[in-house]
Amino acid sequence: MIEFQLDERSGVATYLQLVQQVHQALRMGMLEQGDRLPTAQQVVAKLAINPNTVHKAYRELEREGLVRARPGLGTFVTRLPSGTDPATQARFLASMTDWLRSARSAGLGPDDIEAIYRTAFRDCFAEGVA
Amino acid sequence: MSAVIQAGGLGKAYRRTWALRDCTLAIPDGRVAGLVGPNGAGKTTLLRLAAGLLAPTCGTISVLGEPPAAGPAQLARVGFVAQDTPVYARMSVAGHLRLGAWLNPAWDDALARHRVAQVGLDLRQRAGSLSGGQRAQLALTLALAKRPELLILDEPVASLDPLARREFLRGLMEAVAEHGVSVVLSSHLIADLERVCDYLVVLVASRVQVAGEVSALLASHHRLSGPRRDPGALPPGLEVIEESHTDKQSTLLVRTDQPIHGPSWTVTPVSMEDLVLGYMSRARDDRMPRLEVVP
Repeated sequence: MIEFQLDERSGVATYLQLVQQVHQALRMGMLEQGDRLPTAQQVVAKLAINPNTVHKAYRELEREGLVRARPGLGTFVTRLPSGTDPATQARFLASMTDWLRSARSAGLGPDDIEAIYRTAFRDCFAEGVA
Repeated sequence: MSAVIQAGGLGKAYRRTWALRDCTLAIPDGRVAGLVGPNGAGKTTLLRLAAGLLAPTCGTISVLGEPPAAGPAQLARVGFVAQDTPVYARMSVAGHLRLGAWLNPAWDDALARHRVAQVGLDLRQRAGSLSGGQRAQLALTLALAKRPELLILDEPVASLDPLARREFLRGLMEAVAEHGVSVVLSSHLIADLERVCDYLVVLVASRVQVAGEVSALLASHHRLSGPRRDPGALPPGLEVIEESHTDKQSTLLVRTDQPIHGPSWTVTPVSMEDLVLGYMSRARDDRMPRLEVVP
């Protein structure tokens, strides 16, 4: 069984912190297929957070297909996260590198580039701010 | 979705001073709602109106669909823990449980005894000699054991040390998880509210400044900073909550439901604390003569 921690200064929404910690635990092998996640009651008793936050995190994990809630029994890991295909990652790394080179040769500095990246990132993921 | 507390144009005046004014609210069922604001903002007045301990001067309020304290059945559905978690100093912990059992038809004695053991209270000890944290736990136990649908708490943790505060909130959140009780609590400790609340009401200067689901409020408020400009020239659909300017730079707290465009703005998300403080300072500024911005 894993135990959740909370970083109040991270600025990351509490439910997302829980989701990320489950991802992390799956990647590191601390959680395996068939393992049970702590109940909302257990999480709440440790962290003093709203149980709805735990439910929201578990719903998100369920939506991702990583866990399944079995009524009366708990929430169980059903499969491990499939890492992105390495070929796809390599393709996007290459196109990002090309883009950075051309931005640099156009005279943009690291701060300019970061500002552009942040703006584009924000616009792209605007719906995920909550 | 039904509301646990619904108010329309609600007001309460003491002699000639309004303690609460023009309060229109609908706190949905199944939430842990935080009522936040400076001292004297009207938080206690609103909660006492909801508990039926005060009668409104004007407007309407209903709690779980009925007037507050409409009768014994309605009283049994609402638990109220007043400020400073009062208990009877000369009565033992066990005495409090007996009194609770005697006064409340739906009293859950097993729950009360389980909680007393869990938080380590001695049944024989007089309530007057309990620590602040233990007294708060006893008051919470009494309120929970009547198995209310709605629990109203007025500044329950204000006078507790950080550890006692955390333990109190743990107990409260466990009750929410186990019994699904709706909670409305007031506090000026925003860090605590940030952990436990999923609904927020900001009350300043006797008026509700903003109310809503925490996730929706955080998603619709942003901090913008960029080269100095006139807030009047902002795109439509942006409501400025708070602004500050230097000769070169403008920093704004804005509310909008649309994505913000314009690369000259740096946009950062806001915390619950930023949001609460923004509305508090706006309410304060509205009461003072506005200073001219030197162009």
